[in-house]
Amino acid sequence: MGPGPGAACAITLNSSLTPEQQRLYQDPLVIQRLLREARTIAIVGLSTDSQRASWCVGSYLKGAGYRVIPVNPKAKKILGETCYPDLASIPVPVDLVDVFRPAADCLEVARQAVAIGAKALWLQLRLSNIEAAEFAASHGLAVVIDRCVKMEHGRYSGGLHSAGMNTEIISARKASLR
Amino acid sequence: MGLTKETDPHRFGFETRMVHAGHIPDAVTGARAVPIYQTTSFVFEDPEQAAQLFELKRYGDIYTRISNPTTAVFEERIASLEGATGAVATASGMAAQLVTFLTLLQAGDEIVASSQLYGGSITQLVHTLRKFSIGVRFVDPSNLDEWEAALTPKTRALYGETIGNPRGAILDIERVAALGASRGIPLIVDSTMATPALCRPMEHGATLVVHSATKFIGGHGTAIGGVLLDSGKFDFSRYPTIAAPSPAYHDLRFYDTFGHYGFLMKARAETVRDTGACLSPFNAFLLIQGLETLSLRMERQSASALSVARFLEGHPAVEWVAFAGLPSHPDHALAAKYLPKGAGAVFSFGLKAGSGEEARAAGKKFIEGLQLFSHLANIGDVRSLVIHPASTTHQQLSAEELSKGGVSPGLIRLSIGLENVEDLLWDLDQALPAR
Repeated sequence: MGPGPGAACAITLNSSLTPEQQRLYQDPLVIQRLLREARTIAIVGLSTDSQRASWCVGSYLKGAGYRVIPVNPKAKKILGETCYPDLASIPVPVDLVDVFRPAADCLEVARQAVAIGAKALWLQLRLSNIEAAEFAASHGLAVVIDRCVKMEHGRYSGGLHSAGMNTEIISARKASLR
Repeated sequence: MGLTKETDPHRFGFETRMVHAGHIPDAVTGARAVPIYQTTSFVFEDPEQAAQLFELKRYGDIYTRISNPTTAVFEERIASLEGATGAVATASGMAAQLVTFLTLLQAGDEIVASSQLYGGSITQLVHTLRKFSIGVRFVDPSNLDEWEAALTPKTRALYGETIGNPRGAILDIERVAALGASRGIPLIVDSTMATPALCRPMEHGATLVVHSATKFIGGHGTAIGGVLLDSGKFDFSRYPTIAAPSPAYHDLRFYDTFGHYGFLMKARAETVRDTGACLSPFNAFLLIQGLETLSLRMERQSASALSVARFLEGHPAVEWVAFAGLPSHPDHALAAKYLPKGAGAVFSFGLKAGSGEEARAAGKKFIEGLQLFSHLANIGDVRSLVIHPASTTHQQLSAEELSKGGVSPGLIRLSIGLENVEDLLWDLDQALPAR
């Protein structure tokens, strides 16, 4: 049950980005569109360790109905899904590339994301590489950085609210069932 | 997947958040008021979803001791008002404080705390935390050198009140928070007396805020409750209790897994789970009703308190008035900085009287003469309240012991409510000795 067609304040909390960078790379409208339209999410750096943040995010997104494709050269299967060594090896179209890699690796991931025709590049919470962001954006990809896909999904689907967190969503309209 | 449609980002103001934040009319009934989910437990969708909920791999309600939809509205609403990343509601303000300490600290750690605290807080810090081998050092909150000198390699938290007890000391939040930040130590602020309507400590650098919601947040003297909030800005990556694998939650690393929600997730999933100090959904509902009028009450009650304090300061039977809203208070400049909308509605004053026993008797007589002020042990009600510690909460103490605790025999504490202020002045005047 989602919160319905409410206005969502831009979340300016908890980011190392400048206000201008937040406007470019943490736009709530872009985030909401990506979460709504994406079906296939490749997670670069998805861990085999179920206590790592990347595994929790992958498991959550799978539970929320997305097709999750693990990208990790050291594993064969993660979360029951076939694992690929890099983005180029994935045989199906990818909507969103979600990145759990050190900042220094992000430009190369951005190049690969552009090469495979992904629609969006998303660098996870506390991960920022402006060069990678600008490269992907200049090739027409939607870009989000220093945000968590799971948290953002939780914000707009009501889950984060149930954990007592501040979603910054305010609306007087009836929530939607779908 | 039930996601919202695109809408323009807009930042809503404080009063809008008081009545809307955290509650969207539900998809089935469209109920406009916040419904009370008076249930202990929640049915799982299937065994897999149940397992994921228990592993914190999915968001959702399991059991009201951990979370509840009515309580969640209270939590998100107060988080929105404080500018916090989230909140965990508790059974009382004392529970909020204890949950905060038990989440952050472990045996051998130390807290440096203001000496100007609510008496119950001092007892909890000194006696209850000692049983957990957690130490406390008290400092004069206005003396930054004392704060600094009290820090040791074991110090893991700083603690103070926005408006302190019993003399209304105002915490210099920015300076104390900056001292903590320079050493990687979070500042925790009890902001019960201010509420977010008058001061938002996180805007000045505080990491954590706790409230007794029983007081001004509820506002009507109907429910006991508390809440703890996190700014989400503190780097807990090298803070052992939040960052290290947690044996109480199958080695989950809360900071790694939940980022800026890590502290609050741990507070909820471990500390509230294990202490059982949850807020009841009905009390959450009552506290939500209070939040909806918070700024209106705080502004009016603070303004009335200033009028009453001025009246008392000019009264011949009054020796002193300790209200930071008055220019005579040593922290008046800090109040102007941190509390521009009002210095709160609770303050104390002293009756002119000679010796300790004489002052104690005068206090008792004054209380007996009041018609409109309710004589009870609470603050933050819409009704004006009064207490004379020397003849009630502190009656077993000698005059010497009283003064050691900052409570002189003639000290009277007032909590100003929403009555017509002229009526309050009338009541005080008729009860004060005519001299």
